[in-house]
Amino acid sequence: MSALVNAVKGLIQHLRAMGITLRYLFMKPVTVQYPEQPPEIYPRFRGRHELQRYENGLEKCVACGLCAAVCPSGAIYVEAAENDPEHPVSLGERYAKRYEINMTRCIFCGYCEEACPKGAIVMGHEFALADFGRHELVYSKEQLLEPAHPHVIVKQV
Amino acid sequence: MDWIDALLIPAIKSLVVIVVLLLAFAYMTYVERKLVGRFVRRYGPNRAGPFGLLQPIADAFKAIFKEEVIPSEVDKWLYVICPGIAVAGSLIVFGVIPVGDSFMAWGRKITMVIGDVNVGVLYVVAVAGLGLYGIFLGGWSSNNNFSLLGALRSTAQVITYELPMGLALASIAAITGSLRFADIIAAQRTLPLIVLQPVGFLIYFISGMAEINRSPFDMPETENELVSGYSTEYGGIKFAIYFMAEYINMIVMSILVATLFLGGWQGPFAHLSPLLQLVWLGVKAAVVLFVFIWVRASIPRVRYDKWMKFGWKFLLPLGLANLAVTAVVVALVA
Repeated sequence: MSALVNAVKGLIQHLRAMGITLRYLFMKPVTVQYPEQPPEIYPRFRGRHELQRYENGLEKCVACGLCAAVCPSGAIYVEAAENDPEHPVSLGERYAKRYEINMTRCIFCGYCEEACPKGAIVMGHEFALADFGRHELVYSKEQLLEPAHPHVIVKQV
Repeated sequence: MDWIDALLIPAIKSLVVIVVLLLAFAYMTYVERKLVGRFVRRYGPNRAGPFGLLQPIADAFKAIFKEEVIPSEVDKWLYVICPGIAVAGSLIVFGVIPVGDSFMAWGRKITMVIGDVNVGVLYVVAVAGLGLYGIFLGGWSSNNNFSLLGALRSTAQVITYELPMGLALASIAAITGSLRFADIIAAQRTLPLIVLQPVGFLIYFISGMAEINRSPFDMPETENELVSGYSTEYGGIKFAIYFMAEYINMIVMSILVATLFLGGWQGPFAHLSPLLQLVWLGVKAAVVLFVFIWVRASIPRVRYDKWMKFGWKFLLPLGLANLAVTAVVVALVA
């Protein structure tokens, strides 16, 4: 007899579960149809790095190497050179002659952004970084200076 | 009874049924994927063609052109033939189900059933287990312990749930007094049998889901536990054929439920045209299919020992009690 009662209770629980899915059938799906619809991300989303410049066009990076030192995967390579006084590249005595980030090593943790004393390296919002070869995925300074145009909607917080 | 009645007409009917069932299978996969997606608040496939309508064609294309891999240690002959056995088992069941009344064509009365057997219900119960050979032998011939476990689970499950299914059908036979499908449909002219036999309907529905290895009873093919159960070693077109067997089983089972409990091809204005009879049967089977998919999307899988216990210790006594009560009521009323 108790088996029958338990069975009926179980059946009612199953029907309640089916009621929930039936409700879901008539709701709009939560899927974001990427790439037609851009995804919504928060302002502090860590995407591809961007090297910053000052208003007058000089690069902020002075090749101190703090970002390379703090990087957990050792993805950053910095080579410094002395600034030519007539044609300075950065504000200060030195500039980054070579600045490369190996994107296959980068874990997008953002430590380089936190470590930089000049605010020169910043994590932008670009995430669509797929490419066809390992060598193409080592980004040079010129590529990183180039601002990205990510296909996203940044949520207002 | 000349050769046309005995051979040609059933052959043509069988051909039509096979073609229709295969097309229905292809778009059943699409409907299931879309519906299961919508039940969990996501879109189903919507990239292959408008609304994803070309998805089954894309899947068929992929399955056909995939590399045919036969593992070296399998029992080759059995391994290759088993998906075919499974599909044959599913298709055979359809042989006695009437999809309509009858119509005249070229001076002959053509009944809309392939074989009008006196013991239609018994036939269905008997051949329901034939497709199981395809699953079981497939699991055995794969020479792989997970496949064997999946096959064993499937066998035990089908055997267990054949009994309550048979008892539900026996209750129907007690009410209608006949095992012939046409008689059962005629007996539902005024009232569908689901009203007279609600418990029987539930028993048959649950056993039916267990028979076709359908979630929440799809232990034989769980991804979580058995890799892919009996179909682990199968890929490409052979896997597609196993898939086909399962879906055709599902379609045939829903048509059976619609015929036995919901009145079959009958409905308002059904006597006017055979096409309308097909439409009514289609609508009822579609509702049952919707419920199958709805259950799959909502209910978690049952633990194997628990539902063996459920089948033997609850459903079987319930079926017997249902049969006893039905028999007493029929005896008193008649």
